Amino acid sequence: MNSAILLPSILNGTTTGALYALVALGLTLIYGVLHIINFAHGALLMVALYGVYFLYKLFGIDPYVSLLIVPPLMFCIGYVLQRLVITRASHGRDENILLVTLGLSIVIENLALFFFKSDTQVVDTPYGFEVVEIFGAFLPYPKIIAFVGALVTAGALWLFMERTDLGRSIRALAKERKGAQLVGINVPHVFAMSFGIGVGVLGIAACLLMPSYYVSPQVGQGFVLIAFTVVVLGGMGSFGGALIGGLIIGVVEAVGGLVLGESLGQIGIFAVFILILLFRPQGLLGHKV
Amino acid sequence: MKQLFILLGIFAALAVVPFFVSSEFWLNAVLLTLYAALLGQSWNILGGYGGQFSFGHSLFFGVGAYSVAVFQVQLGVNPWIGLLLGGLFGSVIAVGIGFLTFRYGLRGSYFALVTLAFAEVFRIVSNSLWWTGAGEGILIELDQRAVMMQFKSLSHYYWLLWAITLVCFLTVWSLGRSRFGARLMAVRDNEDAAGAIGVDAFTVKLKAMALSGLFTGLAGVFYAQKFLYLDPGIAFGPAVSVESLLVPIVGGLGTLFGPLLGAAALHIVGEVAREMIGDAPGLNMVVFGTILVLMVMFLPRGIGGLGKMSVRNIFKGGK
Repeated sequence: MNSAILLPSILNGTTTGALYALVALGLTLIYGVLHIINFAHGALLMVALYGVYFLYKLFGIDPYVSLLIVPPLMFCIGYVLQRLVITRASHGRDENILLVTLGLSIVIENLALFFFKSDTQVVDTPYGFEVVEIFGAFLPYPKIIAFVGALVTAGALWLFMERTDLGRSIRALAKERKGAQLVGINVPHVFAMSFGIGVGVLGIAACLLMPSYYVSPQVGQGFVLIAFTVVVLGGMGSFGGALIGGLIIGVVEAVGGLVLGESLGQIGIFAVFILILLFRPQGLLGHKV
Repeated sequence: MKQLFILLGIFAALAVVPFFVSSEFWLNAVLLTLYAALLGQSWNILGGYGGQFSFGHSLFFGVGAYSVAVFQVQLGVNPWIGLLLGGLFGSVIAVGIGFLTFRYGLRGSYFALVTLAFAEVFRIVSNSLWWTGAGEGILIELDQRAVMMQFKSLSHYYWLLWAITLVCFLTVWSLGRSRFGARLMAVRDNEDAAGAIGVDAFTVKLKAMALSGLFTGLAGVFYAQKFLYLDPGIAFGPAVSVESLLVPIVGGLGTLFGPLLGAAALHIVGEVAREMIGDAPGLNMVVFGTILVLMVMFLPRGIGGLGKMSVRNIFKGGK
């Protein structure tokens, strides 16, 4: 294998990986604070992608303009879901949350299947096929924008967690629930805000993803395990870990596809997932679980 | 002992169903319910009695189903031997995965995700191997002779399934009376405490994996012989995994009759939903997903828990 095909595939993998990282950021935030695994993450990404798609199809709104509309809506969905459904279902066991979010993902995906059929939809933006050459690799513009957007979002999220009152409340709650309650933090509200933000980030991911990707009712399924892999690889609850993990997974998938062929490329991802869970379940940057 | 008599009574009644039910439709309905109960009870051994929630039970199902199909089609092995192989391989794979995950202390949600990931790996790999028929799937040749485990009459399939399911239920009944069962439930309720009184949690969980994988594998063999066709999506896809966990959760986790109750309830609800909203793709899954959410939210002990709860409420005056 020569570098003439290896390098482009690594670059391509890096841009895909940035999007994986973005999807995983929401998941890792939710896990870090609420200590729950949101199995409906992929299904909610699919909802956001359909949002972007229909805004474009019905109103001609550019996917990047949808950044002003879809993320806030997704935030609201997340907030309400957490307060009305998820929080009531735990009965003190993590597995129950996993089951409820599994149920939610089944409902959401099959409703989408019923209403939108299993057809694959794309948006044809005028810039969708323009490419730019970097080190001999031809990368489409939307992928580069997505890459930059993912980094900016991760940075903004980090700043938000470090510098704002809400961010501090969220971190306090993640560390010490009772203590946070004692100093007057509204626990149910902050829990729901964290969940809402985690889902809202999916809205950003959807807007950045749509110009170079597609949407179908099953599109989220592929992302669920990938996002978990990223989160587990980087360390549950670690932002930096999610970013690095995402990039690694993107490259593993691209290079795996090159070596093993398209259909087996994803094996690499699951191999990483299983190996990490077995040998370093706290992840690369995480603390001991 | 009372439980055993009830169990044997139910299965005796189920055994004679084909003599009284003449329409294929109704016999098929009972057969599918029994099949769901088998899948659910297999999951229940590990999830209900052992507290280890698997999200990837289709893995053991698919391994069982592909065992009988591949050995039969590629090597000409008789499916009755395939039945044993399917159960054996389902069990071996389950123990292998249990060994890896429990060795490193993965519990709870992590365990669920690892099983799911393994099921995905098997799905992707079986999608590209020639001897599993790859993406096109594998077709078992039609040869309706009992020696080939293919039957002209639906009732013969029914009795085969009945026998497997009976063995599975008797095994679970014995869990409630054996030392192993007591240890398993101790691990479920508090693994650290169980370890402190000398229960080897690792071995106990592996045994539960072996039993659960065995019966799920047998269900896979039955599926392959009944429908004579498999592809990676059917065998290792999420549908079987979801069905396996939904049945005991609806009926009552960690109870002997829960899966039977859950299978019957889900079948009835599924049929009613089909009558009411038509056969549109995905709608019955919407109903099942909603049931899963509502059960976990409001009835975490399942339908089977309803009776106990109300009796206790009468005596204790509320919660």
